[in-house]
Amino acid sequence: MNELPQQLVNGLLLGSMYGLVAIGYTMVYGIVQLINFAHGEIFMTGAFGALTVYLYVLPDGTTMWIALPLMLVGAIFVAVTVAVGAERFAYRPLRTAPRLAPLITAIGLSLALQQAVWAWYPNAKSARTFPQIEGGPFEIGSVTIQTGDVFLFIAAPISMAVLAYFVMKTRTGRGMQATAQDPDTAKLMGINTDRIIVVAFALGAAFAAVGGLAYGLKYGQIDFRMGFILGLKAFTAAVLGGIGNIYGAMIGGVVLGLAETMATAYIADVPGMSQLGGQSWANVWAFVLLILVLLFRPQGLLGERVADRA
Amino acid sequence: MPGKGLLIVRQRSLIAITAALAAGALTLTACGSRDEDGGGSDSNGGGTTVVIGVDAPLTGDLSALGLGIKNSVDLAAKTANKEKTVDGVTFKVEALDDQAQPSSGQQNATKLVADKDVLGVVGPLNSSVAESMQKVFDDAKLVEVSPANTNPALTQGTKWNGGEKARPYKSYFRTATTDAIQGPFAAQYVFNDAKKKSVYVIDDKKTYGAGLAATFTEEFKKLGGKVVGTQHIDPDTKDFSAVATQVKSSGADVVYYGGEYPQAGPLSKQIKAAGAKIPLVGGDGIYSADFIKLAGASGTGDLATSVGAPVEDLPSAKEFVSAYKAAGYKEAYEAYGGYSYDSAWAIIEAVKKVVEDNDGKLPDDARAKVTEAMQGVTFDGVTGKVAFDEFGDATNKQLTVYSVEGGTWKPVKSGTYEG
Repeated sequence: MNELPQQLVNGLLLGSMYGLVAIGYTMVYGIVQLINFAHGEIFMTGAFGALTVYLYVLPDGTTMWIALPLMLVGAIFVAVTVAVGAERFAYRPLRTAPRLAPLITAIGLSLALQQAVWAWYPNAKSARTFPQIEGGPFEIGSVTIQTGDVFLFIAAPISMAVLAYFVMKTRTGRGMQATAQDPDTAKLMGINTDRIIVVAFALGAAFAAVGGLAYGLKYGQIDFRMGFILGLKAFTAAVLGGIGNIYGAMIGGVVLGLAETMATAYIADVPGMSQLGGQSWANVWAFVLLILVLLFRPQGLLGERVADRA
Repeated sequence: MPGKGLLIVRQRSLIAITAALAAGALTLTACGSRDEDGGGSDSNGGGTTVVIGVDAPLTGDLSALGLGIKNSVDLAAKTANKEKTVDGVTFKVEALDDQAQPSSGQQNATKLVADKDVLGVVGPLNSSVAESMQKVFDDAKLVEVSPANTNPALTQGTKWNGGEKARPYKSYFRTATTDAIQGPFAAQYVFNDAKKKSVYVIDDKKTYGAGLAATFTEEFKKLGGKVVGTQHIDPDTKDFSAVATQVKSSGADVVYYGGEYPQAGPLSKQIKAAGAKIPLVGGDGIYSADFIKLAGASGTGDLATSVGAPVEDLPSAKEFVSAYKAAGYKEAYEAYGGYSYDSAWAIIEAVKKVVEDNDGKLPDDARAKVTEAMQGVTFDGVTGKVAFDEFGDATNKQLTVYSVEGGTWKPVKSGTYEG
């Protein structure tokens, strides 16, 4: 059986999830030049927000078709609240501080959020099961798509389209572009940059929440550490695509997801490489790819103006 | 005067820093003195206090197993105190969390060695953690009894498979059976009883998982089975879709996984979701209620081997199960409860012998004496007769195959592996 189409779909799905989380890294970086390492935990709180709605808000046995939109709202609400709170109380006081200070704060916040969920969310000390959408998998030719993945397949492109429309066409979106280009001039032009920064954090969190819900549906379990590795991967995706570029984040995510999947599936078949194949080496190959891209295109796949920033 | 203003600010921040440091120091000393107080008040009751250390993952993915170990040791200590098993000695349990990390395990080992009251340690759960702890304990001649480590190299040296068995550390014992027996036992069951002839072998590259997968593969091939694919997964991820697709296209009729339940659960689920409706077989590392939770409904029919006969079926274990229930622990005793109780009891027996040989008092070199006494300990424990061979391995080599049915692990077949 030819497994390539299935592996491509696997990679695309994994990559879409990386992309959804990567958008938050890239938007915040584009506007305040902060690598928000707590973003992986925002993704995690989003997933727990969705679970909370399902477990404690909705009556038992609600069908997923009704529960899903409400869980999405819950996920976005929790993630945005945490992100905006983090911006207001952790990052804003440090806006004029040297760049290392907010970076360290972000790492600290990441640990604090993990431990807070670990300590206070009921039974979150080990993985919690996440509700699943009923119904069997869909077969399209030789490709199987899980019911839980359908959400991701639909949500990722829609999210991307909404984001593109928002940034390009709306007043706030243009204000974001202006602030990213030059915050001081943008301020002189009458743009409320504080508000723009909050919007950037909130939008990034909302996309991470969509990703968090998709993660729960896809894998059927969430835990307090789920955001750490996935956040790192999403950050890698953002760098791969060109940090600061929102389309780059999505492309970078998909490229990274495909690279990992292909490495898992095929590297071991290359003659002489059987020791260097398999999933345990997938990360190595993904990062080899990252290094190669950065060697030849230091600004990332779609990046534009990182050189004068970093 | 700007200069003066600056000075004041500096002084203020200096005061703030000093205050913070002082507060920090106070908190630290407070912690220290509290610990000492705790030890002191306990020892008033029964003359001498002997601490049994516990090292296990008490938080994180594997905490279900780790907390079961901790509670079972606690139960053993309480039972010994109540029954006055050792005259004049009160047992106390000090449990440390290793988060399944070898580095944390070694720190914990150092910490336990530093506490002079510790005369024995139960743990750890993970073979990889044990590797980092063995030398620390051995240097201090502190006895360590693991209820769960199954890697053969821990007791028989790294060349155990080449016929050159050599015990690396005299202070290390275990009540669990080794992978040298568990892997082949699983292979025989899968090939002879379940009649599966082609296997896809997956492991997590950790000491336990890779070792188990290797011994399984060897025996399975010897029996005439075919290994149609191998894969090593990254235990940090939950996305096994690429691996699952490979399993499906390989046409295997069974998957063997060397590793633990946090990965095995999602792996089993994703393999079945990919369309390969074949059972996943694992070792004692997946024999946990959490595996069933993580694998979901499609996990029905998955198999696990675990050391010993089913705890619930042994007459000697009935007492343990009811005492555990009566003690009201929040967490279940899980796969290693009985072995942990027996491990702790072995330490208690060794301490008893040392105390009795020394006219009812602990000798000065109590640690070395306890380690020596451990070699000769035999008693009827929760899991059957507990005794150790010349390598420190349990002489009880029984294993059981369990299968997931109706949301619980049901014992399918018990037996011993004959090489």
